Amino acid sequence: MTIHVADHPPAAARPTLRRRMAAAGWDRTTLLVVPAALFVLLLFIYPFIYGLILSFEPMKGGAFSNYTAFFSDPYLYDTIGTTMWLALPATVLNMALAMPIAFRVRNLRWQRALTTILVIPITLGTVLVAEGLLTYLGPQGWLNRTLIELGLSSGPVRLTHNYWGVFLSLVITGFPFVFLLTLSYVTGIDPALPAAAATLGAGPSRQFRHIFLPLLVPGLAIAFCLAFVQAYSVFPSAVLLGAPAGPTRVISIAAYQAAFEQYDYSMASAIAMIMAAVQLVVVVAVLAGRRLFYRGPMGSGKG
Amino acid sequence: MARGATLMSKAWNSLVWLTIGFFVVNLLALIGAVAVNSFATRWLGTWFPPGYTTRWYFAAWDEFQLSDVLLVTMEVVLAVVVLSLLIGVPAAYTLARREFAGKRLVTLLFVLPLLVPPITYGIPMATVLYQLHLAGTMTGVILANLVPTVPFVILVMTPFIEQIDPKLESAARVFGANTLRVFLHVLVPLLAPGMLAAGLLVLVRTVAMFELTFLTAGPSSQTLVVALYYSVFAAGVRAGQSVDAMAMIYMATTLVWLFIALRFVDPTQLVTRVKKTS
Repeated sequence: MTIHVADHPPAAARPTLRRRMAAAGWDRTTLLVVPAALFVLLLFIYPFIYGLILSFEPMKGGAFSNYTAFFSDPYLYDTIGTTMWLALPATVLNMALAMPIAFRVRNLRWQRALTTILVIPITLGTVLVAEGLLTYLGPQGWLNRTLIELGLSSGPVRLTHNYWGVFLSLVITGFPFVFLLTLSYVTGIDPALPAAAATLGAGPSRQFRHIFLPLLVPGLAIAFCLAFVQAYSVFPSAVLLGAPAGPTRVISIAAYQAAFEQYDYSMASAIAMIMAAVQLVVVVAVLAGRRLFYRGPMGSGKG
Repeated sequence: MARGATLMSKAWNSLVWLTIGFFVVNLLALIGAVAVNSFATRWLGTWFPPGYTTRWYFAAWDEFQLSDVLLVTMEVVLAVVVLSLLIGVPAAYTLARREFAGKRLVTLLFVLPLLVPPITYGIPMATVLYQLHLAGTMTGVILANLVPTVPFVILVMTPFIEQIDPKLESAARVFGANTLRVFLHVLVPLLAPGMLAAGLLVLVRTVAMFELTFLTAGPSSQTLVVALYYSVFAAGVRAGQSVDAMAMIYMATTLVWLFIALRFVDPTQLVTRVKKTS
């Protein structure tokens, strides 16, 4: 025993593992974070890595044959463009709608009531919105009746089971989300700043351009990314409201069919990875663009 | 010049209000169309149906075995709310109170599941759950739904805990309370409003969560929203009215909880803490 102790340096010179952990901030309280972290690692990170590896172990062919199969079959690789063509315009429109409405609503007394109404579609969920739009926009629905009655259209306008059905459902379910984020960013700006600008003679449009916009751009970029990523993974409304075999065959339908109709989990994982990669590319592009945009006014403001 | 500016801003204001009005009118019409159709005897080619009945609700109740589906939904939602609070709140406490090595990495770990959409990670996750023979069971559905809700609870609760004065805990310690008693007698009462809010939001999210449940549920573990999807998907086989009746039941369950949740939380406060405009 004594020899054993002598072999090791004294405790004072070399702290125990426990001490060293505590010095890095890891004591018993910090351990409370472990269950949650473990949970996310096991059910989110592990499946993702598993899926990534699985995508390189196809049912037949070499390691990359899932990816080469995807990018050589127009029925598959066209889904990237199809989804983009739905998600990008819907997100841009939602942002364009949310900004002015958030500015209008922020100082209202009954802001909360209006916010609640505008937020309702989030809780309805995509499935109910799809079912509602099928009834409302259908050839015998109220919208088409109104259009015909007002003489705006001679026959029913086809808005379901095509591109527009999915697009409209993306706008209705996506808008509340973008609006909530934008509203919280707008109301988070210190009201003293635009007030100071107004004192110095800046009108509403100059206040917007020189005060609000530079402060909002980082938040708006994040809102855009979140909204886009949600829209890009559109699934139920593309099936129910769109033409899932043709113009609205989005990438998540392709992944779903591979997994649960052909039982090719390897291919399905590969498509899911491609979907994640496309989303990542857009997010990185937007965040990089924000940096370019954001530095400008900051620099000129200081200079 | 000044007059032109006011005219412009007036026109702009009206345009914004018109847009809000247009959105709200269409939204209400959308919900209204489903509501009217669910009570219609038959509704073809007219503005309003010729007669009203409640029989579609009974039909939907039997046809889609709604009592089973509602029971499953309740069990799943309850389990998800309780478990995500149990796992999430301690983690949020640590993130709010401690600085430790690797905190940024841990934070990133909790943000990721909220940034990646459910269908993207749902497919590999469902694959793993199928291999573990958990998919198709209640356990699988609950586990899948916990993936976005645990990080959500952490993200909502961390700023909430940060604003609680740590001196209160120190004071309790000075008087000799151990960790458990500090937790039960000091933290739980102070955290209750935040936990209630987070729990309600998790509840609303889980009721409406389609993708993850859809990918992992079996015939006996379907929640209401997945059952609704299948009924719309197979529409034509069944009367449209009974599908709409089911949609109304679904909407009622989410809306009730939404309104309760909004009594306790200001949705705009979730992202950033708002400075009150004086």
